Amino acid sequence: MLAILADGESYGYAILKRVRALSRGELEWSDGMLYPLLHRLGRLGYVTTEWRAPEGRRRKYYVITDEGRTALAEHQRQWLTVTRALEDAWPGSGALLTGLGEA
Amino acid sequence: MESVESQIAEWRTYVARAPAVNGHDVDELEDHLRHQIAELNAAGLADDEAFLVAVKRMGDLDTVSREFAREHSDRLWKQLLGPGEEVSPAPSGWVEALVIALAAAVVIEVARLVAGFPDDKPTWFARNLGLFVLPFLAAYFARRRHLDSRGWVRTAVPFALAAIVINVYPYDADSDTEILVAAHLPVFLWFAVAYPYMGGTIRSHERRMDFVRFTGEWFIYYVLIALGGGVLMGLTAGIFQPAGVDVDRIAQWVLPAGAAGGVIVAAWLVESKQRVVENMAPVLTMLFTPLFAFMLACAAVVYAVTGLGDAFDRDLLSVFDALLVVVLALVLYAMSAREPSTSPNWMDWIQMVAVASALLLDLMVIGSMLARIGDLGFTPNRTAALGLNVVLLVNLAGAALLSGRFLARRSAFHPLERWQTTYLPVFALWAAAVVVVLPPLFGFS
Repeated sequence: MLAILADGESYGYAILKRVRALSRGELEWSDGMLYPLLHRLGRLGYVTTEWRAPEGRRRKYYVITDEGRTALAEHQRQWLTVTRALEDAWPGSGALLTGLGEA
Repeated sequence: MESVESQIAEWRTYVARAPAVNGHDVDELEDHLRHQIAELNAAGLADDEAFLVAVKRMGDLDTVSREFAREHSDRLWKQLLGPGEEVSPAPSGWVEALVIALAAAVVIEVARLVAGFPDDKPTWFARNLGLFVLPFLAAYFARRRHLDSRGWVRTAVPFALAAIVINVYPYDADSDTEILVAAHLPVFLWFAVAYPYMGGTIRSHERRMDFVRFTGEWFIYYVLIALGGGVLMGLTAGIFQPAGVDVDRIAQWVLPAGAAGGVIVAAWLVESKQRVVENMAPVLTMLFTPLFAFMLACAAVVYAVTGLGDAFDRDLLSVFDALLVVVLALVLYAMSAREPSTSPNWMDWIQMVAVASALLLDLMVIGSMLARIGDLGFTPNRTAALGLNVVLLVNLAGAALLSGRFLARRSAFHPLERWQTTYLPVFALWAAAVVVVLPPLFGFS
């Protein structure tokens, strides 16, 4: 979710659509669960929020903070380490990421 | 379209009923729902079909609201009871609370009779006071939280150890260390109550914050009960004295039992109304934090100009320590009542003033105490006071630093909260050190 927000500010419904698109529909959880998660990111200081009304209705926008970017970079580093280790541990699986993509 | 609007409104009311979901969250969820409906409309679904699918996609509302509750446990404390909402058939458990309160009252009465209080004032009575009451509070929570037998044992261990240590030590007559033990033991035991209160999950920072909240609420209820009890006793005296009844003898019986039972009753009140009405302590902190901040800032300026030198004696020191503890309690409580995700507001600035002034005062107190200790050497009282001030100083310094960063918008509120909840065990450890280590260190003098 931080990675989505790193591309630019967004709001709940758009974030969810992006999650669906990025995971090709496989990572789908019930829509309501998204919000407690977003609020948690807010409490940790990774995102800030702002109410705006671009089309008449008030909507809550989430913007990533510098701390959020730092946390994101750290997560990316950890996942890369794990991915590399798994690629070495499962020889023949080819590129793990493409493998998983086709699974 | 009319019907979809009314369906959405109905859905809103239903969602808003979850205690941990506030108005803004409902707005946010509604916005989501409307988006989904609009998109399904565009895909060719009729309004009511789109509504049903959108609601279905939102997921099981019980699960979602439980997730909200996990993230916003603070809100469960602040839930207002709106009109038309049903009061949950509160698992009030007042019988249980009453039985335990009565047990505490009986124990304190027996101890009082054995001690011959108030004609005699044996020191063991004062020393053990906390042990007569707080184990019952711990037992109350251990029952309420359904601890297993291991949990019960862990709850009992600190109480048993404390009982052994303070009664095995051979204190001298008129011993200072014994008075210090009497003052610090209840503090240590209060933290021991935290274990059953948190249901054993003492590592959870959220539960620690809940315990801070509980402590603040409990204190307010206890004071209210004490005030009510005082009025009742005063009126009783006024009515029965002329009739020749010896009111003092009645008070001798009623006061200790009321004070002990009140501890449990106050805890039960906090527990049972926690989900029902707005708690008042946030309002009180809102009221008193600015006043205390003003007073502290003035004190810091006055003593920075005049210096502490001459005015500084034991009495002033205890006033200072009491003040610092109250400030810390206010700051902690205000923090526990705060919505963590909001950005800095004026209350945060006022708290910063309070913390910075308290820090300055504490530094001055420590300075003159070190000078005194340099002149006159260590005594149990000075050691305990110095230790307390150092413990407070470290806490205040950390709090000042982190709230400075928060106010400068260089970090979130979360690290500040974390700092305080991480620091809580230090207070418990310090109280334990005074009870266990200090007496032998000074030869029980």
